[in-house]
Amino acid sequence: MIITTRNVDFFYGAYRALSNVTLDFEKNRVTALIGPSGCGKSTLLRLLNRMNDLIDGTRVEGEILFEGRNIYAPDVDPVEIRQRIGMVFQKPNPFPKSIFNNITFAPKLSGVRDNGDLEALVEESLKQAVLWNEVKDILDKSAMNLSGGQQQRLCIARALAMKPDVLLMDEPTSALDPISTAKIEELIDSLKKRYTIIIVTHNMQQAARVSEYTGFFYLGKLIEFNATEKIFTNPDVKQTDDYITGRFG
Amino acid sequence: MNTETQASFMKWRYFRQGLFFGMVRLSALMITLALLGIIVFLFFNGIRAVTWDFLTLPPTDSMTKGGIMPAIVGTFYLTVGAIAVALPLGVVSAIYLTEYAKQGLFIRIIRIGVNCLAGVPSVVFGLFGLGFFVVFLKFGSSILSGALTLGILILPTIIGAAEEALKTVPQTFREASLALGVSKWRTISRIVLPSALPGILTGAILGVGRAAGETAPIMFTAAAFFTAALPKSIFDEVMALPYHIYVLATAGTHIEQTRPLQYGTALVLIALVLGIDLIAIVMRSMVRRKKRW
Repeated sequence: MIITTRNVDFFYGAYRALSNVTLDFEKNRVTALIGPSGCGKSTLLRLLNRMNDLIDGTRVEGEILFEGRNIYAPDVDPVEIRQRIGMVFQKPNPFPKSIFNNITFAPKLSGVRDNGDLEALVEESLKQAVLWNEVKDILDKSAMNLSGGQQQRLCIARALAMKPDVLLMDEPTSALDPISTAKIEELIDSLKKRYTIIIVTHNMQQAARVSEYTGFFYLGKLIEFNATEKIFTNPDVKQTDDYITGRFG
Repeated sequence: MNTETQASFMKWRYFRQGLFFGMVRLSALMITLALLGIIVFLFFNGIRAVTWDFLTLPPTDSMTKGGIMPAIVGTFYLTVGAIAVALPLGVVSAIYLTEYAKQGLFIRIIRIGVNCLAGVPSVVFGLFGLGFFVVFLKFGSSILSGALTLGILILPTIIGAAEEALKTVPQTFREASLALGVSKWRTISRIVLPSALPGILTGAILGVGRAAGETAPIMFTAAAFFTAALPKSIFDEVMALPYHIYVLATAGTHIEQTRPLQYGTALVLIALVLGIDLIAIVMRSMVRRKKRW
C-alpha cells in the first residue's frame, strides 16, 4: 500500500465533487480510475499530489496517506510531495525549451549540478520513456517541434527524471493518435516494475489493457474498486456493469 | 421573395458590407497617416538644423546657435533612469497581482489605484516629484528626482503590460513545473517570467516613449533651462529634449529665430524614442523566436 485515501470529501466552493472516497493504491501496480465525465476521477488524481491546492476556494476533508503520512497535514510541504509523486497531464505540456533542458529543468533545481550526471539522467529518462532513439541527435532542439505523441513521452521522461515513486497520469492518451496511444500503453507496462502508476482514463479498453486494479467512479462516489479482470468480467455492482457494457455514461 | 428581389437584396447587403469595411480601413489608414504626417513634417522642417555640430555641441549665444548635446544626454539619462526604476517595480507588482495575491476586494482596490494613477495628468506628477523627491527627500532638482518622477509616471503602463503578459502564459506551464516539485517562486522566475518577457518588453517600449517625451514631470524636478556642462552625478540637473523644445518655443527671447532649432530638437527626440523602441522590438522578436508555444 503506497497511497491510501480515508473518507475523502472534496469541495469546489459549495459543490461537493467527491464524497467519502476510501481507496488503497498498491505499490508497483497500475491502478485505473474510470467513470463518466465529471465523476470526480481527475479530481481525486489531482488530490494525490496536491495539485488542487492551486485552485482557490477548494477544501479537502478526510485523509490521504502517502507511505503512512497524511499529505494534507499542516507540516507537509506540497513541493516535497510533488517531487515524489509525479504527474503527466491530458495534453502534452513541454516547456518551450530544448528537449535536454525540459528534462534537466527540475533535477537541476533540486541539486543535480554535474554535467555528466545530467547527461546520464537525460539518457536514462528518455530510454525509460522509449523516446531516446527518436531524439538522441536533436536534444538541443526545441521540444515544441516534436509530434504530440513524442511530446507526451517527453513529459513522461521529464517526470521520471525526478525519480518519483508514483506516477499519476490524467488521461495521458486522450489527445493522441492510436499509434502514439499504443506506444504510451506499452510504456506504462514497462514502467510498472519500478513505479506505482495511477491512470485516469475515459477509454475502458485502455483501463482493461494496462491496469491491474480499477476503480469506477460515478457522481463523486467510488462505486466499485476491484481487480481489473473482475471489474470487466464480473463486477459486484450493477452500475459498474451498466457502465462498462455501455448502457449508460 | 422572387429571384430578382433576392438578387438586389444581396447586392444591397454586399454594398453595406463593403461600406463598413471601407470605413474600418479608412480609420486604420488615418491613424497611420497622422503618424506619418508628423514624422514627415518634422523631418522636412528639422533636418536642415540637424548637423554633426548640432548633435555634439552645447547651445551657444543665448541658445540661438550651437547644439543640443547636453539635452540629448540628459533625456537619455532620465529615460534610462525612469525605466530602471519602473521596470523592476512594475514587474514585481504585476507578479504579485497575478500570481500570488488572492483575487478579492484588496486586489480590486489596488487595480483601481493603478488605473487611476495612469489617468493622473503629468503635471501633477511633476508637482508630486517637486514636493516629495526634490524638497522632502532633499534630492534637489536632479537626474535622480526626475527619473523617480518619470518612473512613477510610467509605472501603471508597465504594470498593465506585465500583467497582461503574465496572464497570456499558458496555465499548463505553471502546472507542468509545479507538478515536478518545483517551488512556486522558481516556477515563476524560471518558467513564467521568461515566457512573459516579450509582453513585458512591449510595456517597457511604451514606457520609454512616454518617459522620453514628457515635459511637465521633469520641469520642476530635473530639467535645467541651460547648462553646457554634462552631469557628473545623479544629483546634478540636466537639460532635456522636451523641456528644451518648450523653452525655445515659448520662453526664449528669440522664438522665431530659433524655429529651425526647435524642429531639429523635436526630430532628434522622435528619432531617439524610435531608436530605443527599435532596439526593444528587435530584442523582443529575438526572445519570441526562442519561445514558441
